[in-house]
Amino acid sequence: MTATLHVSERTTDTTDRRVLRRRLGPGRRIRFSFWIGPIVLLAVWAAGSATGLIKPAILTAPWDVVTAFQEQWTDHDLLGNILSSLARAALGLGLGVLAGAVLAVVSGLSRAGESLIDGPIQIKRSVPTLALIPLFIAWFGIGQEMKIVTIALISMVPIYVHTHNGLRGIDGRYAELAETIGIGRGEFVRHVVLPGALPGFLLGMRFAVTSSLLGLVVVEQYNATSGVGHMITLAEQYGQTDVIVVGLVIYGVFGYLADTAVRLTERRALAWRRTLDT
Amino acid sequence: MAADPGHLITAPAVRVRNLHRSFSRNGGVLNGLDLDIAPGEFVALIGRSGTGKSTLLRALAGLDRDVEGYGQITVPGAVSVVFQDSRLLPWKRVLPNVVFGLRGADADRRGRDALAEVGLEGRERAWPYQLSGGEQQRVSLARSLVREPQLLLADEPFGALDALTRIRMHALLRKLCERHRPAVLLVTHDVDEAIALADRVIQLDDGVVRTDVRVDLTRRSRHDPRFAELRAFLLDELGVTEEDRR
Repeated sequence: MTATLHVSERTTDTTDRRVLRRRLGPGRRIRFSFWIGPIVLLAVWAAGSATGLIKPAILTAPWDVVTAFQEQWTDHDLLGNILSSLARAALGLGLGVLAGAVLAVVSGLSRAGESLIDGPIQIKRSVPTLALIPLFIAWFGIGQEMKIVTIALISMVPIYVHTHNGLRGIDGRYAELAETIGIGRGEFVRHVVLPGALPGFLLGMRFAVTSSLLGLVVVEQYNATSGVGHMITLAEQYGQTDVIVVGLVIYGVFGYLADTAVRLTERRALAWRRTLDT
Repeated sequence: MAADPGHLITAPAVRVRNLHRSFSRNGGVLNGLDLDIAPGEFVALIGRSGTGKSTLLRALAGLDRDVEGYGQITVPGAVSVVFQDSRLLPWKRVLPNVVFGLRGADADRRGRDALAEVGLEGRERAWPYQLSGGEQQRVSLARSLVREPQLLLADEPFGALDALTRIRMHALLRKLCERHRPAVLLVTHDVDEAIALADRVIQLDDGVVRTDVRVDLTRRSRHDPRFAELRAFLLDELGVTEEDRR
């Protein structure tokens, strides 16, 4: 007892060495850490434009982009363009996610489904969807259908791949448990398969969101009469880099917001997981 | 379960006759095994690794569809299994795990009662990862008990727990079995655990029952000379020599 007291007396004025040892995990979260990188980039851009290192013909200064934004908003129906692009992306993404998830579950749960579905999708995966656009133009014309089909197809693939993967990765012992408990196939799918595949689905969702925007950017260059892509195509013809940057920023904001939405859903829906992140 | 009126002996809860099971290349694992377990009887099944303990348990649980074999098995309608791992669904909170697959409007209430019985009231909304190994295994016990099984099959349920937790779990399991009176088949490799818990200890060897002894100790204490005697006998049967035990 006295020995213990003696030791603790000695260690009070020196720091415990074990506390100083490096942690193997990433350590504590930094607040607003996500924004640090983008703000540094913006600062470099602003500094470059202010000092004249970045010429306006190459890249417009940030403040000129703000002016161009206001101009587009008041004189060129920027909001209408944004909404029309959003509707296109959302409709395509929705259809793609639905198709991808249904196909993944069917192919993941039945051998017949797998042999019918998995092969074609794996083959399709090696053909870039954007390379199919000429074919879709022949089938659907250059109107809205072609655009939505392209976006749906490009976002379906990651959903399928990751959901299928998550589904196949579910521990077989849970199926054994379900058998001893005596539940039917429907309940098994609802309580074991779907929640077990959810992490994979949400990962696929993050890829799908980005893919759908990629699809959007490309299809909007084909004969669009409205939308952010239409605005960029016009600006390209008149050499307005400021308007092009406005369009790019809007695409970026779309992508960021969509990704944030998926990540927040992930955090809520996957609260049962303990990961390095938390 | 129904005892024929006029007969003094109740029908056994479990009746196994001439049970054969084999995995393709390795020859027979169970070779004509016979076993009866009376309603409410607690049987511990010991044996060295690979003697077919788990194969027998899985046969009784109906989990051995891919295994070759034949023989007769009669088990009650309500069978519950406790696995070595707690096997809680990580994406369900504690209470939904307990009542998983349970039907009826009062399922939640029964689940809460079962959790209280294993000493986990107040943890209904915890995620499985937030519980210790012992607590997880108690949840899995609650999940089994809430189904009011006539036969409880347990495959080394305390194998992964530390020694202190295991002692507490023994007392809990004994108490729960005395209250609910299911027939129990507990697979274990721990002779002390078998004697501490069971009414009867059987030992498998070569795919048949080699030893079948009744544990009629009034005090299940290690200081009881008869406990030591039984322990020595069973260890001997398992081929653990006097020298190994030193």
